[in-house]
Amino acid sequence: MAEIRNYTLNFGPQHPAAHGVLRLILEIDGEVIERADPHIGLLHRGTEKLAESKPYNQSIGYMDRLDYVSMMCNEHAYVRAIETMLELEVPQRAQYIRVMFDEITRILNHLMWLGTHGLDVGAMSIFLYAFREREKLIDCYEAVSGSRMHATYYRPGGVYRDLPEKMPQYLKNDFRKPKELEVMNKNRQGSLLDFIDDFVKEFPKSIKQYDDLLTDNRIWKQRLVNIGIVSANRAKQLGFTGPMLRGSGVAWDLRKNQPYAVYDKLEFDIPVGVTGDSYDRYLVRMEEMRQSNHIIKQCIDWLRLNPGSVMSNDHKVAPPNREAMKDDMESLIHHFKLFTEGYCLPEGEVYSAIEHPKGEFGIYLISDGANKPYRVKIRAPGFAHLAAMDEMAKGHMLSDVVTIIGTQDIVFGEIDR
Amino acid sequence: MIAFWQWIHALIPWFDGAIATIVIILIKAIALVMPLMLVVAYFTYAERKVIGYMQLRVGPNRVGPKGWLQPIADALKLMTKEIIFPSKANIYLFLLAPVLAIAPAIAIWAVIPFDEGMYVANLDISLLYVLAIGSVGVYGIILAGWASNSKYPLLGALRSASLLVSYEIVIGFALVTVVMIAGSVNLNDIVMAQKGSILNWYWIPLFPMMIIFFISALVETNRAPFDVVEGESEIVGGTHVEYSGMTFAVFFLAEYANMIFMAVLAVILFFGGWHSPFEGIAYLEAGFAWVPGIIWLLAKSTFFMFLYLWIRATFPRFRYDQIMRLSWKVFLPWTIVWIFVVALMTQLKIGPWF
Repeated sequence: MAEIRNYTLNFGPQHPAAHGVLRLILEIDGEVIERADPHIGLLHRGTEKLAESKPYNQSIGYMDRLDYVSMMCNEHAYVRAIETMLELEVPQRAQYIRVMFDEITRILNHLMWLGTHGLDVGAMSIFLYAFREREKLIDCYEAVSGSRMHATYYRPGGVYRDLPEKMPQYLKNDFRKPKELEVMNKNRQGSLLDFIDDFVKEFPKSIKQYDDLLTDNRIWKQRLVNIGIVSANRAKQLGFTGPMLRGSGVAWDLRKNQPYAVYDKLEFDIPVGVTGDSYDRYLVRMEEMRQSNHIIKQCIDWLRLNPGSVMSNDHKVAPPNREAMKDDMESLIHHFKLFTEGYCLPEGEVYSAIEHPKGEFGIYLISDGANKPYRVKIRAPGFAHLAAMDEMAKGHMLSDVVTIIGTQDIVFGEIDR
Repeated sequence: MIAFWQWIHALIPWFDGAIATIVIILIKAIALVMPLMLVVAYFTYAERKVIGYMQLRVGPNRVGPKGWLQPIADALKLMTKEIIFPSKANIYLFLLAPVLAIAPAIAIWAVIPFDEGMYVANLDISLLYVLAIGSVGVYGIILAGWASNSKYPLLGALRSASLLVSYEIVIGFALVTVVMIAGSVNLNDIVMAQKGSILNWYWIPLFPMMIIFFISALVETNRAPFDVVEGESEIVGGTHVEYSGMTFAVFFLAEYANMIFMAVLAVILFFGGWHSPFEGIAYLEAGFAWVPGIIWLLAKSTFFMFLYLWIRATFPRFRYDQIMRLSWKVFLPWTIVWIFVVALMTQLKIGPWF
């Protein structure tokens, strides 16, 4: 008798639902998944190794490129590791700005997840609706750092510069009528904070739209409910963090459990799921967007009342300002030293983790006292999630694999590093 | 008209009998297919525009004024592209598949009455013809999946085959109710039976059947939310994966011709075909009497074609076992029950329509 084997299907790396470069070897029996074997490494850029050969500050840019949809959160973990080692005091205002941009990043990431998850499941329009809001937040990135994606805005000791007093506006061109231009620039008349404030006010309406489109949609529910169930216990064993863990009903959030920056001074809730299926994780992330919105609002109110410095005054780590450099010898020397040699960390090691939009993002850093790290190890949340692919997909159908990839919110930048 | 043919006959004496019939049918067929292809081309444009505006985009607007030449540009591009044959594919089947897809998609239009007396063929069994030819179309898709000798297309072909089996039955049963009320399987007679007023159209007595028919039409034409045969994000493009250039374009044409056909068929069966919606209303009927029937037919079909696009922009995709469940566990019982209801009502003469 002929040997009967399962159908093996090479899912990706060139696949519309592969979220970049996931290569998944699927063994399928009809359409039922028998085994799902994720292959990684196609986006490996050697970030950890590269960081070993550079002064500390020059690696911040690499952190942006890890999880390239939540850039500033990656920076935060790295910058915090250095600050912990140096026992550096960061000004309050910088902390609030960081928290505000962390939450903006969380919304950015979750909007991206919502759009692509919707697209994977076959709902086209949600993708563009999500990107409408994303565009505004990306503009905030641009206003504050000059870059729309890879900001390099957080620096050891604070942030690169204070929030701009003037929000950049759209310019006139041949395709825009003056009236359209006026509408486009309507909420860009004041400062960046005014713009974000306006966004915070409008955003709940947008979430309502996403809700209307998907949450109670019968097809959406049929595709998500009871797909990829992970029990609370199993989620802990698999090393899940972030919404993947909270979706299973474990109320674990570093912002609450190990508060960093100024999260202990802010008021927000941690949404938790019940069954641990894809639909619960969907609801958790939707609620997280609302909570982030609430946090941003609190940060705006604080930042409006408390002007001040956004960078540490320790010029062994943080560069002096540009004007001082022009006629102050000391400052010029500091500047020169910082941008050539950098600074040295004391010998030792540190693990700094933050609540990244996808879970616990950690930087484990060993210093031998030089101006470069001896070793940097990045703990990417997506890695643990992807490792559970086989367990989550087994017994489901081919279409559900796509749902599970979507619900895991995978980005290869951080998994392959 | 008769005078015209006599005149022709006097002019060319041998133009008679079989030859005349063939020539006339040919002319009719060309008069049908050319506009059909044009409608297909501009339906793709309409699709991109409508979905574009639904998704806060503008859609194609670069080729020609307001992008009107976009379909022409697309056609040119597809015609000039290389046709790639997968190395271990069966080339004969591979090329036969698109032909098998497009031929029925066009042939099926032969029996559609666009207006009183405006059709290519007035078959007495035209509805059966529609069912028969309509189910041939799926051979094209299954063969394409098989002949490509590739994994994703094969999955698409399997899905397509299973969906067809389920939904042909549902559509068949839904049509039986129409046939029972109209008392004929001739599409022409079915439309004539709906004459008189908007209240005589079959969508009122057969409302659930109308819904089921339209949803099944979505499945039959592989449209969202039932586009699992293509399944962009799951099986990449299903049976289309290995096709390029004109071979792909032919599949595309067949798919859109089928969509438009299903919209027209829905109008003929449930919305009074070419009849004006103002029939039987005192002044409006006279006021709109000048509008030719084909305009009403096309206007009503346009609404259904718009529904295709609207639904595509709104809903997520079903999983294919869920579509099967919908067919066997929801639609099939509904249609069977409704057949009994309609049978009883027609026999006992209950209600104004029967």
